[in-house]
Amino acid sequence: MTIDLHSPSRRELLLASGTLFAWAYVPKLALAQGRDPRLLVIVLRGALDGLAAVAPVGEPGWVPLRGDKALVLDGATPALPLNSMFALNPAMPNLHRIYKAGAATIVHAVASPYRERSHFDGQDVLESGLARPGAVATGWLNRALTALVPANRANPKARDAFAVGPIAPLVVRGPASVMAWTPPRLPPTSDDTIMRLLDLYRHTDPALARVLEERLGLATIARAGGMDARPDGTAPARPAGGQGAAQGAAQVRAYFADSAGAAAKFLARPDGPRIGALAFDGWDTHADEGALNGRLAALLGALDGAIAAIETNMGAAWRETVVAVITEFGRTARINGTQGTDHGTGTVAFLAGGALKGGRVVADWPGLKNLHENRDLKPTTDLRAVLKGLLKDHLRIEDKALAGDIFPDSAAVKPMAGLLA
Amino acid sequence: MALDGKVAAALALHRFGLGPSLGSRSGAIAAIESDPRGAVLAGLDRPNAGRIVNAELLSSGEAARSAIAFQQAQREMRREARKTTPKPTDQNQDPAGGMAAAPPAPRNRGPAAKSDMRAAAGIAPQQIYLTEAKARFTAALDADIGFVERLTWFWSNHFCISADKGQVRPLAGAYEREAIRPHVLGRFADMLMAVECHPAMLIYLDNARSIGPNSAAGQNRGRGLNENLAREILELHTLGVRTVYRQDDVTSFAKIITGWSTVPPVQDPARGGEFMFNPRMHEPGTQIVIGKSYADGGYDQGRRVLADLARHPATAKHVAYKLARHFVADDPALALVERLTKRFRDTEGDLKEMAKALVMAPESWEPSRGKLKRPGEWIVGTLRAVGVNPPDIAPVMQAHNLLGEPLWRPPAPNGFADDDATWLDGLSQRLDVANQFARRLGGTHDPNAAFEATIAPLASAETRQTIARAESRQQALALLFMAPEFQRR
Repeated sequence: MTIDLHSPSRRELLLASGTLFAWAYVPKLALAQGRDPRLLVIVLRGALDGLAAVAPVGEPGWVPLRGDKALVLDGATPALPLNSMFALNPAMPNLHRIYKAGAATIVHAVASPYRERSHFDGQDVLESGLARPGAVATGWLNRALTALVPANRANPKARDAFAVGPIAPLVVRGPASVMAWTPPRLPPTSDDTIMRLLDLYRHTDPALARVLEERLGLATIARAGGMDARPDGTAPARPAGGQGAAQGAAQVRAYFADSAGAAAKFLARPDGPRIGALAFDGWDTHADEGALNGRLAALLGALDGAIAAIETNMGAAWRETVVAVITEFGRTARINGTQGTDHGTGTVAFLAGGALKGGRVVADWPGLKNLHENRDLKPTTDLRAVLKGLLKDHLRIEDKALAGDIFPDSAAVKPMAGLLA
Repeated sequence: MALDGKVAAALALHRFGLGPSLGSRSGAIAAIESDPRGAVLAGLDRPNAGRIVNAELLSSGEAARSAIAFQQAQREMRREARKTTPKPTDQNQDPAGGMAAAPPAPRNRGPAAKSDMRAAAGIAPQQIYLTEAKARFTAALDADIGFVERLTWFWSNHFCISADKGQVRPLAGAYEREAIRPHVLGRFADMLMAVECHPAMLIYLDNARSIGPNSAAGQNRGRGLNENLAREILELHTLGVRTVYRQDDVTSFAKIITGWSTVPPVQDPARGGEFMFNPRMHEPGTQIVIGKSYADGGYDQGRRVLADLARHPATAKHVAYKLARHFVADDPALALVERLTKRFRDTEGDLKEMAKALVMAPESWEPSRGKLKRPGEWIVGTLRAVGVNPPDIAPVMQAHNLLGEPLWRPPAPNGFADDDATWLDGLSQRLDVANQFARRLGGTHDPNAAFEATIAPLASAETRQTIARAESRQQALALLFMAPEFQRR
């Protein structure tokens, strides 16, 4: 599954990425205890390169492994130090600030129980909470909701702001009632107007022409309609990386911040929902990964902006918030032949929010000499332990439910203790 | 200026101003073509330039108190509602871009009940915000050339706050009117002082809660320092990032401005929400900032630091660079930046002199137009082009949101980006907005007249032809708004 960052179709974004799915109720037990916890799960689809996001700069084997693609503390764009071993990608200054303020935790060398390398299966395992891929209809977050006692219905006045989404991500699918909210967009402009404008730009302003072509994915239309200016009749090649990618990523950045910011607004409202999930696509960085100043840097910057927007928009509720950013698996420890990384295993999970006991990198660090199958960061922490720890201490869900319905066959994976402040 | 008069006049309106205005004779290309530069400069000498005179607008103190009263009344009402039978809900329409933009407004009450409540119990923060937004748009639409408005927007973004922070929302408009506008043609040092002790800024960057560890309040409560504002003053507002200050300077400066806070409404209902220096929160003692020692003098200690920062050479350079980059080019000519820097230093930060120097600079009149207008500038430009002041600003606000420049809501304290590449990316969204505006304006506006009034002297033959050959007036207007000559500064 490759997702082309250069031209994310707006309709695709609308339908998949950035839509908030939230439980329609407020948890009763927490309210009774005088707490009002918020949990937002962000799924990064496509497999985040955990080593490019949080680099083991203190490990001697790191630079030899990645060469000039390695994040280092003294590079042209220096990585942001987290502790003596790890440093954060410089595209994420907000997360770094939040980490320094004790409200973010990074879990490294983490993975779901899935050990193959298919996106679809890996996402199914990540989102279903099951130990293995297979036919699944419900997600762990939804099943966790059924373990909570509902109080009043969230946001009773917002019936038309929320509608049940057509394609809820697996993680929130299930018996518990879930609402969806998609960022608003204006109706599209007619193709005729677009073609006239594009024709004008091609004659007068190549920069604008290029952007419009990329944004609207018109390369194919141009080819079909014989509108291309090239003598051989092929569509202009889309630049791989470079400016085109930067522009595409900037659109993604705006979209991430908008939808995450809006999600936080909902979760912050006194009568709003409390538990929700979002998915952001585009992390499958096989070629020209650009961890330092290219595509991945831009994506991480977009995620950073989304986290900052959540922090801002949560307002006072931030101190009762946990945002968990998870991905289906990591990527190869070494750079591949196309300046990217291929599907791997161990990666990172980002936790952010004022409810955390943060400012820590939680890792049973396996080292880089001891790679999983001689290619991937070896996973030493089960992601389910992290998620169970959050559900237990933040939402006060009992061990029995966690090891039963929510994460079946996971009794041996103990909830990670001490994540919450 | 070897440009043809009409060309220079159009350039002046698009580059320094808010675009030619069909509704205003003095904002027209024809009105200034004899002396475009003189016309831009003349705007600086107009009495009350930059001010918004509107008796309906609240001061920041009034706005804060009004918002608090409103929220209290809301809580009361919810409590009451819970006692009685729940009412059926009505439509939840939220004009300002969905709930993302707005806290819930009161609903389900008869008009009489509503007005009673308003009078007695304040105004919704969102309502205050929208009233301020409307006043700002009106000022932009009514401006002749709009240079002083553009300067205001520039400084407002330089010293940005965000209405996304709950308590800031009702203050956002008042902040710009109180801290920015009075000094846009005044002294940088005065603007700096007004900004940094304005409640909106103190709340936005957390200084209102920052407590000196050794102050009376710090010792009682065990709460402490917040460096946020001190850091951003050094990094963003004055010296610039990676210049002459270190972490120690940030910490010391943060200590110095502890106590710069707001009046708690419970303590003084009449002055609640206004600026106050609270000596109980102020860190006692002498502090060193950038090698200079500042003896404790309460509020005055911080004022002395700000005064020194305002005249620091790094500040002059930082501000000059940003100004040139905003108006002229992403990568402005070094000579221009140096001239503006010198002007800043020679005049002790006289911003009117800076504005003049910018307009007098030959580099400022380069005919090539590399920068895309920012969304807000472009949106106002489209409305001026057809001479419309929309009675309902909801679609205008929504357009700002969609294009990534929601009014007074930047994503971070460094404000909205000022480079071409950032905004280039929103081109297809611009097209949607242009299309939408053109549809709303319907067939009642003559696109050819708008073309002649706005970009004719600058336009290529292709642009002229594309607009003339459009299949409808709506399409022609959308194409005009999207023409390179209309979008570029």
